[in-house]
Amino acid sequence: MKAYLTFLFRVWRLSFQGSWMFYAWMTLLTVVALVGLHAWARQFVDGLQTTGMTNQVSWGAYIANFTFLVGVAAAAVMLVIPAYIYKKEHMHEVVLFGELLAIAVIVMCLLFVTVDLGRPDRFHHMIPPFGIFNFPGSILSWDVIVLNGYLLLNLHIAGYLLYCRYRHQKPTKRFYIPFVFLSIAWAVSIHTVTAFLYVGLAGRGYWHNPLVPSRFLASAFVAGPALMILTFQIIRRTTNYFIGDQPIFTLRMIMTVAMIINMFLLGCEVFTEFYSPTQHTAAAHYLYFGLHGHSGLVPWIWTAITLNAIGLTLLITPLSRKIGWLNLACLTCFVGIWIEKGMGLIIPGFVPSPLGQIVEYLPTLNETLVCLGIWAFGLLMFSWMLHVAIPIMNGSLRDKPELSAQPN
Amino acid sequence: MTPEPQNEVSPRTIEQVYRPMTRRTFLKGAAASMVGVAGLMAALKPLLELERGAISLDELLQKHYRQLTPEDLRRIMDNLAAKAGKEYGVQPTLRDLQPLDGVEFGYALNLTRCIGCRKCAHACLAENNQSRANPDDIEMSYIRVLELDKGAINLETSNVYYNPETVPQPDKYYMPVQCHQCRQAPCTKVCPVQATWQEQDGIVVVDYNWCIGCRYCMAACPYDARRFNYQKPTIAKEQINPNQTYLSNRIRPKGVVEKCTFCLHRTRDGKYPACLEVCPTGARVFGNLLDPNSEINYILKNKRVYILKEDVGTQPRFYYFFDK
Repeated sequence: MKAYLTFLFRVWRLSFQGSWMFYAWMTLLTVVALVGLHAWARQFVDGLQTTGMTNQVSWGAYIANFTFLVGVAAAAVMLVIPAYIYKKEHMHEVVLFGELLAIAVIVMCLLFVTVDLGRPDRFHHMIPPFGIFNFPGSILSWDVIVLNGYLLLNLHIAGYLLYCRYRHQKPTKRFYIPFVFLSIAWAVSIHTVTAFLYVGLAGRGYWHNPLVPSRFLASAFVAGPALMILTFQIIRRTTNYFIGDQPIFTLRMIMTVAMIINMFLLGCEVFTEFYSPTQHTAAAHYLYFGLHGHSGLVPWIWTAITLNAIGLTLLITPLSRKIGWLNLACLTCFVGIWIEKGMGLIIPGFVPSPLGQIVEYLPTLNETLVCLGIWAFGLLMFSWMLHVAIPIMNGSLRDKPELSAQPN
Repeated sequence: MTPEPQNEVSPRTIEQVYRPMTRRTFLKGAAASMVGVAGLMAALKPLLELERGAISLDELLQKHYRQLTPEDLRRIMDNLAAKAGKEYGVQPTLRDLQPLDGVEFGYALNLTRCIGCRKCAHACLAENNQSRANPDDIEMSYIRVLELDKGAINLETSNVYYNPETVPQPDKYYMPVQCHQCRQAPCTKVCPVQATWQEQDGIVVVDYNWCIGCRYCMAACPYDARRFNYQKPTIAKEQINPNQTYLSNRIRPKGVVEKCTFCLHRTRDGKYPACLEVCPTGARVFGNLLDPNSEINYILKNKRVYILKEDVGTQPRFYYFFDK
């Protein structure tokens, strides 16, 4: 117990030590996060009228970001599977970073859902015994369970492995291997359940489509690894933790396959919508071409398609074996999928409204600041976790200083 | 996790961690924390503008409507009435009306007769104490009257903002849409906290003191029947209808969802809904589906009945019909 408290104390002190770059980065993120908090406090006082949402478009940027991020969190499994199922040694070097990313991103997801609530002060109504949990009827209550469960799983696995390493002990398999395997299934479940939130609504033709969960997973397994590849290179440059090229190229392969599947499924969707257009095609029409003179999403979705096409082209050609081109592919895929799966999925679900009204949605400044604040907070958490985890991983922070730098 | 041999390790960079804290680092840390706390306070400053009583401990601890004892409910309603009196200048009579035994409400609307005058929507607004802040106050009404082109029932070409000199226009027909009080209600199914449910008489209600404002029910509703209070409702003193019940037309708090309740504060009291009473053409028929001799049952048995979006499987208690 005392050893654990010492560990926490050291981690805490380590959190405030770093280069001026580290300080500048963390200060910047803190400032943006506080600006976001300020915007949210304004929203809390004035109500959701501070957002661009209306009775017709009743979900907006918050839920869009939430949906996208659940996928990024789920994608940590793409490091876990090669490491633990295919026993790829080189992935063991980096699998922990995936789990840390999942933790930060799930916290972002929970924040995005919370800021979307009209009555955050009644949050406890969802938590028994204070509240009533509409389980198993409401898919939202399933989502609460799977998201929090995934958070706990990753906290346990990452926390346990790091602590063992700090104590210079070999981790006991039965304390973490079962959880690792559980987390693989669980990762798939978080994104599937999130897709079911939309797919389950028969009244919204655009969402009521069995392809949505598969597309969610496929696009998640592009966006998540894309972010990991970029992160690995930042770790490589700014810390003294070595990550070889191998994990990066394993992730490149995963991204390529997932992106091909994603684009194929997109093609299936587009064919179904437009070959025999029905009244339900109106939403897709609004998204891709505009409807009755309203075309707010058209430039966005074509940007996304262009970015994804560039990304796919780079990925399937040998070009992306060069790290520079690979980075470009990661960037285009990440942004492309953020648009397509965020605003491109949520907003057309509401346009036209079930009674045929076309009301467009544009986030307000206040709403955008809240979103930026949550992104900054997520980055802040992830940066902090990496800052603390890397000295433990490479052996410079040990229980007994004299053990530092000794191989396990 | 075996470390790569290339992982060079330099414990020196973090050796401070092992040393006890010095006075210098402590003071530096304290100064930085002060700046941090100041930043946090500045960020949260808008919270100071919260109205007094906007969030009360009583409300935070309040249970779900269906778990309240009659005494608790009475006390809560008294508090709500007092609060409304203070904030809006009218002290309402707040009641809790239970569903009547042997009654299941149904509503039918004659599309041949409806002329699109929107009197029902305005009566709804006056009856149910919706917010009037929006210049387009029809927006918060529970009834949307659609203007449709003759020749099809194509909702996508509908217009709710029609404004001709006179109605009906010769090439148009009109279709008011409100909550269909579905037997298979998608909205109650998706609510994560059971803040909305179906009562014994078929009316779908919302506990405005329990709703968390996630708006999942709005996404689920195929009839666009639910409204959200994006701000605190604005109603002038003289516009307030003081005849209120807990589950229907009492003035809603900010941040919760509301909807048509077939005017349960009237209909459970033996009266007709406000939208029916005001209809100049007699297009609206309301009654008890369980009474074989009711007018609504006559319509369902003898008229050409149309159910909006029957394919969605919601099994509404709201029907449209046509005269021969």
